[in-house]
Amino acid sequence: MADLDGFNNSGVSTQLVGDFHLINHEKPWRYEEDGLTVTRGSAWSGPGCHDGCGVLLYTDKNGKLVKCEGDPENPYNNGRLCVRCLDVNEVTNHKDRLMYPMKRDPKNRGKDEWERISWDEAFDLVYEKFTDIKEKYGAESVVFGQGTGRDIAAYITRLCWSFGSPNYVLFLSGCACYLPRVAGFAATAGSFWVADCSQEFPDRYDNPEYQVPETMFVWGNYPLRANSDGFYGHWVVDLMKRGMELVVIDPKVTWMSTHAKLHLPIRPGCDAALALGFLNVIINEDLYDHDFVDKWTYGFEELAARVQEYTPEKVAEITWLPKEKIIEGARLLANSKPCTMQWGVAVDMTKEALPASQAIAACFQITGNVDVPGGIIAPPEILNYAGGWGRELCPEDTWKKRIGLDKYPLLNFGFQIAQPDELRHTMATGKPYKIHATWLQQNNVLSCMGADPTEQYIGLMNCDFNVSVDLFMTPTIMATSDVVLPAATFPERNGIRVGDGCQRGEVINKVTQIGECKSDMEINLELGRRFNPEAWPWDNVDEMFSAMLEAQTPFGFEYLREKGPAYLPFNYRRYEKGILRADGQPGFNTPTGRIELWSTFYNTAGMDPLPYFEEPIPGPGSTPELLDEYPLVLTTGARPWSLFHSEHRQVKRLRNLKKECNVYLNPATAEKYGLVDGDWVWIQNIYGRCKSKVEVTNLYQNPKVIACDHAWWHPEGDPEKLYDSHDLNVNNLLPGIPGKSGFGSNYKTTLVKLYKVTPQDDTNGPFQKDNYVGQALTDKVAEAIASIKESK
Amino acid sequence: MSTADMINPAKAEYGLLVNYDWCTGCHSCEIACQVDHQMSEGQSGILVHDMGHWPLDGDAWQFGYLAVPTKQCDACAHRRALGKIPTCVQHCQAQCLEFGPIEDILKKVTTEYQTVFTLADK
Repeated sequence: MADLDGFNNSGVSTQLVGDFHLINHEKPWRYEEDGLTVTRGSAWSGPGCHDGCGVLLYTDKNGKLVKCEGDPENPYNNGRLCVRCLDVNEVTNHKDRLMYPMKRDPKNRGKDEWERISWDEAFDLVYEKFTDIKEKYGAESVVFGQGTGRDIAAYITRLCWSFGSPNYVLFLSGCACYLPRVAGFAATAGSFWVADCSQEFPDRYDNPEYQVPETMFVWGNYPLRANSDGFYGHWVVDLMKRGMELVVIDPKVTWMSTHAKLHLPIRPGCDAALALGFLNVIINEDLYDHDFVDKWTYGFEELAARVQEYTPEKVAEITWLPKEKIIEGARLLANSKPCTMQWGVAVDMTKEALPASQAIAACFQITGNVDVPGGIIAPPEILNYAGGWGRELCPEDTWKKRIGLDKYPLLNFGFQIAQPDELRHTMATGKPYKIHATWLQQNNVLSCMGADPTEQYIGLMNCDFNVSVDLFMTPTIMATSDVVLPAATFPERNGIRVGDGCQRGEVINKVTQIGECKSDMEINLELGRRFNPEAWPWDNVDEMFSAMLEAQTPFGFEYLREKGPAYLPFNYRRYEKGILRADGQPGFNTPTGRIELWSTFYNTAGMDPLPYFEEPIPGPGSTPELLDEYPLVLTTGARPWSLFHSEHRQVKRLRNLKKECNVYLNPATAEKYGLVDGDWVWIQNIYGRCKSKVEVTNLYQNPKVIACDHAWWHPEGDPEKLYDSHDLNVNNLLPGIPGKSGFGSNYKTTLVKLYKVTPQDDTNGPFQKDNYVGQALTDKVAEAIASIKESK
Repeated sequence: MSTADMINPAKAEYGLLVNYDWCTGCHSCEIACQVDHQMSEGQSGILVHDMGHWPLDGDAWQFGYLAVPTKQCDACAHRRALGKIPTCVQHCQAQCLEFGPIEDILKKVTTEYQTVFTLADK
């Protein structure tokens, strides 16, 4: 047992201002230490993740960032940091950073023929082109896209809507990251719920209100590496030291799974079935919380009837898990008081992600773990981050032209995005209207988030004008952009830490300047006020941040710089006190005021109001005909320690910790295919192929399951071969077919075969765009099955 | 380094205690050390070793990591002079590292799966 009386387990001193807790700091926000200047602040990326840890940034007398340390006074990470922030100076100071704006003749897309321009010229060019396109074709023909939703999201939405376009998007099929889980919870419980790891209290685990969970279910997530959604992964370890047990639902054997009470190595894509199986046992064995269910839930009888289809026997068959372990998991869930749950993107990255989220949520709802200490909690917000900022700025007549609205009515229920798959088709086909320009901010869509990268590429090449804002040159920019604007890493800019998970009043502080880089927010503000000055009335970004903060808190930017982080007012069982609803009535923020196990929200949107499971397609359960040709289940996207999505490949210390794109094979699988460590193989399915380097491992115990890294490219490679991105991108195998609601997509499960890369067959070559029909627009599954039947 | 140095090693003044069961293999100690000491790429004052992974009886596994200092470890003398703890210890995400005078550290070594690496004052 480690020593819990060590230096950095809470013990911070706090001060109450109104209902907000502030931290009493020993030193000012900026001070001198040993010849270096130290600046305290938060670290919300890029580069990096979704956390926003407290950091101390060290700069020398020339203003160069020399190191980044964790801030021991910040209760979020207690002085700790992961390797990505510890090495951020190597990213910020990297010789390959984009340093100044550049343009390229659209005729030369794909060629490394860039011309340096000034910021004025760049802004003028973007303003003129976008305005011209807006006048000719309407504002909706300009798409505003971003990569993974870090702290830049709010400003991009405002830029999009104040320009007048309804088409703000993450080019991620089925919005399959975070939003399906948000939707799944919002539809049933009126807000988003996260594991209570005491993160709402500055004194953390020592807070007298807090209780350590008896058991945490870690579901489709490896928090120690992923640090996803405002959840500092090693809180799990902190809680284990305080007695919490783990149940790990993950196809892979990990440090966590081998230190868990129960490991459920599920077949990828079957999480909804497991949750429905848990519910079957919990309800049929009468293990649920009767008092809570009677008083605070709606539709329990309907849920109880639905889960009868999912007996442990049937769920065992679907999930490839032993029946006894499913029953054991269900009993652990119901009998642990409190029980909490940390879930991840694997839940979103299944096609029917909404019913999956709904089923998983129900497990913790009917067992009375909602809004209790150590259960699941709805974090208070400074800004409704998932919703964007300034939707009212988009005129109503253009708002109705948002892509995907006709096909997916759920988008009308509080979701302010264009549906990414419909938009991908629109860009490639010009239907229902042509997209003429794109604004892509920190979005390497052709290497990372975009399913069916070929269709994505065609859509971008169809545009008259593409602008990218990024930290480094990327395959996407090299392939398709006409103007590129250099963005700042977090040590080069000011910002505020509002976002997913535990929101705190906390600021990000600029300590250094690289080239002519500007922050994303500054770029958005400067461009935004050219398009729509009324929507961007602030002289500088700090004023803008203060305006955002002051709408919800008594604090401005400067104040929080000295005093932050500010912890928002928080307490438990708020549903009993009328705090969760706008009308002040007790209950949850749903139409019935109860947790809706039968969702009136889904029902109104024309969807099944109850959770269900659908077999992933293609997959062993849905297309057994394909198994002879494609016998392996492929899962993708497990996180390495040192790389965040498509970032960090050019950063030496971090690349040394993860050198290459790997496919992970069980020894039996490797032997069957005659493969050894280091072999390069093609991974192919009915949609396409990518290549990867073999790592033989026993961490995937089931020889039918293999895994491949995602978002790989070689910054050291040939720019005009797009840095090998089109060869290495596992998304070539993913068609981008969303769930029935428009949410969810099978990023993490498909059927594949393997064969060796040979000198004669070692590349996919350039994107093939002639006569290409989007993978999702043809029924490749039916075609593949038909061709197999014919050959027999 | 010579035979003489090896047969007459310096007196241990400090101990780095590694609570083996808690190391998650995150590499934070390594990168913190390398950046703080401005080391060249490929060098480090501490390395995390993969202790392997294989199934044992039932659902049990051998699965672990172990952080061990290298010859470049100077016990963060410059940080301690500023009243700070070694950077590997501060940044260890699992908080499985502890540092202190050897006598204090040895008092903490009471249970299974703890290792102590001894360090001289340099």
